[in-house]
Amino acid sequence: MTGIVDYNAGNIRSVELALQSLGVSYRISKRPAELEGMDRVIFPGVGEARFAMKELRSSGFDGFLRDWAASGKPLLGVCLGSQIIFGHSEENDTPCLGIVPGSVRRFPADFRARSLKVPHMGWNDIRYRNGGSPIFDGVREGSDFYFVHSYYVDPADPSVVSATANYGIDFACAVKMGNVEAVQFHPEKSGSAGLAVLSNFCRADIANNADIAGAGIAGAKGESRA
Amino acid sequence: MLKKRIIVCLDVKDGRTTKGVKFLDNVDIGDPVVMATEYYRQGVDELVFYDIMASARDRGPTLELIARVAEAIHIPFCVGGGISSVDDIRNTILAGAEKVSINSPAVRNPELLTAGANIFGAQCIVLGMDAKRDASMKSGYRVFVNGGRVATELDALEWAIRAESLGAGEIVLNSIDADGTRDGYEINLTRMISENVGIPVVASGGAGTVDHMARVLGEGKADAALIASMVHSGDYTIGAIKDALASKGVPVRR
Repeated sequence: MTGIVDYNAGNIRSVELALQSLGVSYRISKRPAELEGMDRVIFPGVGEARFAMKELRSSGFDGFLRDWAASGKPLLGVCLGSQIIFGHSEENDTPCLGIVPGSVRRFPADFRARSLKVPHMGWNDIRYRNGGSPIFDGVREGSDFYFVHSYYVDPADPSVVSATANYGIDFACAVKMGNVEAVQFHPEKSGSAGLAVLSNFCRADIANNADIAGAGIAGAKGESRA
Repeated sequence: MLKKRIIVCLDVKDGRTTKGVKFLDNVDIGDPVVMATEYYRQGVDELVFYDIMASARDRGPTLELIARVAEAIHIPFCVGGGISSVDDIRNTILAGAEKVSINSPAVRNPELLTAGANIFGAQCIVLGMDAKRDASMKSGYRVFVNGGRVATELDALEWAIRAESLGAGEIVLNSIDADGTRDGYEINLTRMISENVGIPVVASGGAGTVDHMARVLGEGKADAALIASMVHSGDYTIGAIKDALASKGVPVRR
């Protein structure tokens, strides 16, 4: 079963609905103890880093997520969740969880002069790095995913970057460090390519994923390889 | 590379669509969820549901509709019409919408944009703006409210810039002059607003051909193009539009 961390940071309904459509069994909880026995955990989030860290501390999810990452069980950070697992965020100068070494940076100030709008909002294509990741199994390189963000992750170790996107600069849009995966885009809002990523992450749970047999994502049936 | 978004707008009333859709004549032209699902299947990048009666009525049918749409499609969608309080924003987002579009209520109460952005993030808060040519205004365009029927004292460019500073994360810019003509978007208006704000601008009003879309996404510097009758009429599919745009060098998701 897949656990979803609920810490009052944005709307997790769309993550829940995406898992439902894939036939993944899941449990959403605001209490770390209720997610202890899960097989894997999704750490979503939309919003601001300092507020999110405060909510994580008050709920006890800060310690839970560090322990979970250390346990070796699969963890997937999404959007703000993908940033909070790093050491520090420039967003309101916020110390974060420190699960993956590195920083979260704001898109450069010269973007406006270059007619690049912030947030980076919309569909952008990804390129695999360092061999990609099993969460992209069956997803064609160059597929578009839906992004909404003003900050991006900058890992200390470039070998953990599993995919990049380009918006004014090349930035890491997916990270894989052992059992810890993180994606800046919203797989739950990225159509069939996004559902394929969630399906791959949850593949052991999925009995039937006919919903993701989308155009251009040939063979996006992760569990068929398992 | 960031793609130009193609957004389809659906007008709804009491949770039902107000206009028929040719290609779905034999399915259920009244059900916006059926339409949304079809456009999702065709590869639309985003949807906007505009509830034309919401400000005067109970929002229950709209919230129920949002929940059903969110179950059916896995792309972002925006809901507009009658959203005039933080509670309206919260209910709409929690029902499963990605964004809310706020038009007349933002003119009456600009702090609503700020309150919404502080709680839910600027990316959720879309300013809907109806603008009409008016040589007496500084930018040459005046803002209208109440579905384009009531003039305000606001200059379109000044209002767009102010809305960004208040917390809007995107602007859906509708040209009253172009709306419904199918003669093309208002290129000058769109480019002027887009060049002077740091947030994405969605061009709306006047789409009749793929050339119109290519022009507003290029020369007009729009980040996204909103269409309705082009696809509702059955004249185009999303796939055909995207193929044609790509052949003209417009970056689109396919």
